[in-house]
Amino acid sequence: MAKVIEGLYYAESHEYVKVEGEFGYIGITDYAQNALGNIVYVDMPDTDDEVEAGEDFGAVESVKAASDLTSPVSGTVVEVNEALEDTPEIINQDAFANWIIKVELSDKTELDNLMDAAAYAEFCEKEAH
Amino acid sequence: MNNKLYGNLIFELSHPGRKGYSLPDNKFGDYEVPAEMRRENDAQLPECDEMTVVRHYTNHSGNNFGVDNGFYPLGSCTMKYNPAINEEIPGMADFRDIHPLQPVDTVKGCLDVCAGLRKALSEIAGLADFTLNPFAGAHGELTGLMVIRRYHESRGDEKRTKVIVPNSAHGTNPASAAVCGLEIVEVKSTADGVVDVDDLRGLLDDTIAAVMMTNPNTLGLFERNIPEIAKLVHECGALMYYDGANLNPMLGACRPGDMGFDVMHINLHKTFSTPHGGGGPGSGPVGVRKGLEQFLPDNEHDSTLSVSPYHGNFGVILKAYTYILSLGKEYIKYVGPLATLNANYIKESLKDVYELPIAGLCKHEFVFNGLADKSTGITTMDVAKRLLDYGYHAPTIYFPLLFHEAMMIEPTESESKVTIDGFIEVMRKIAEEAKNEPELLKSAPHNTPIGRVDDVLAAKHPVVTYKSMLND
Repeated sequence: MAKVIEGLYYAESHEYVKVEGEFGYIGITDYAQNALGNIVYVDMPDTDDEVEAGEDFGAVESVKAASDLTSPVSGTVVEVNEALEDTPEIINQDAFANWIIKVELSDKTELDNLMDAAAYAEFCEKEAH
Repeated sequence: MNNKLYGNLIFELSHPGRKGYSLPDNKFGDYEVPAEMRRENDAQLPECDEMTVVRHYTNHSGNNFGVDNGFYPLGSCTMKYNPAINEEIPGMADFRDIHPLQPVDTVKGCLDVCAGLRKALSEIAGLADFTLNPFAGAHGELTGLMVIRRYHESRGDEKRTKVIVPNSAHGTNPASAAVCGLEIVEVKSTADGVVDVDDLRGLLDDTIAAVMMTNPNTLGLFERNIPEIAKLVHECGALMYYDGANLNPMLGACRPGDMGFDVMHINLHKTFSTPHGGGGPGSGPVGVRKGLEQFLPDNEHDSTLSVSPYHGNFGVILKAYTYILSLGKEYIKYVGPLATLNANYIKESLKDVYELPIAGLCKHEFVFNGLADKSTGITTMDVAKRLLDYGYHAPTIYFPLLFHEAMMIEPTESESKVTIDGFIEVMRKIAEEAKNEPELLKSAPHNTPIGRVDDVLAAKHPVVTYKSMLND
């Protein structure tokens, strides 16, 4: 069973947002890394790029498939996780610890459109069947 | 193959100064190649004697696996038998020894073949005419989308810049649309695996150029709402594009033109039995309904446009025409039903041990979502690798992306019940092994020249030339 962490916000496209003050850390969930299998490449935006809720900001490539990364929130990229350039497999080891981008949130009300841990766990359960 | 002696690269067999040729004395004097046209360093070519070269490649050719070697149920690829007559006819000197620039009067027979195939495809597809110029399926998609763009532009309708593609589509659909400069909009599938008409309705407006559909779709399911979809799409002013990759089960049963499709491509190398794999050679003729013929890019239609020089892949065109004429109207109608019967027979025989996510009748192919028993930890990849040990080509795996452990099986009409029963038996045996000897599967294949490859390393750190291997 995939791990789900309390206190994060979840999107149907299997990204999470961890909010700290005005910033959000965006990554893919444990369910997503498990479904993708061994991750070999993460295509990330540059810092200062704008991301928009519902729009693609990059892609994750595994030995099975390439999957677009969809931003659950809007804002400006203030940091990308550079460790992923050489060791993308750390997402497989711990998807929640290894976020992909850090975004300065431009509209915190967008978080209301996302799921909480319980709703997301239920969503995954349905998706698996 | 003797791997000890012949498991090397040709570069590793090289010895300085060895030659496989001897040239006559030069009677014409030296010719000085202009300095700017000379390479700076010597080409790094292997130096081998003729027999070493012959043995090297003959032994390696024994590692090929094709339809002529064994069962090849690669979903979405329609790996049907390529009858020997398909090689015999193109081998005739009258067809073989021609040149695209020779006078038209001397190649009338070849032009007749092209005209005959266009007519046959039009009849099979229920469309007005075809161009045979595109070189492959994706090239056909691009050509078809260019036809659609030209159609909209000819009406002064410049704002149609989006193409709707189902989330179950072949990856080539969005790729072709992007190459054509069109934006991609994805339409969802319903829980039972077909295009969600309600979702589609919400996406249709005056910016949509076309909706691309594959039928049967990549789950092997017949898109039963096409008449309604075609009506909605045409009402909004867009065109219906049919991806012909899965045309095989429709042969003799129904026609895209009758369903309301405006433009389509056909993969001659799939449905019409010309050899393919390893990147070619393909052929992707594009057909259109009446009223769109003038947008086809070739000498017979709009000669100001071109997607290929001359007449496309003539050899493939000739093979496909041979196949159609060998079967004739009388027998081509059995292709679809028999391909469908074979697929359903395998599906029903295995659905107790492999998870069938969408029950019911399929067409020419179907998708399992891995083993039914998920407790073993054995993945679709392990099953696919183990199949190689038993002498079968693996099915298409991890596509479509709708299921995490997808395994897409397409037997085609070519296979006998004996062959299919053999495959079913092996698939059941592998399901047993997954329970009792999981290690055997995790480390498979064992009986192939090369064992389990490290696909993570291969994806992260590909070494594709001898030079990069040396530099490593």
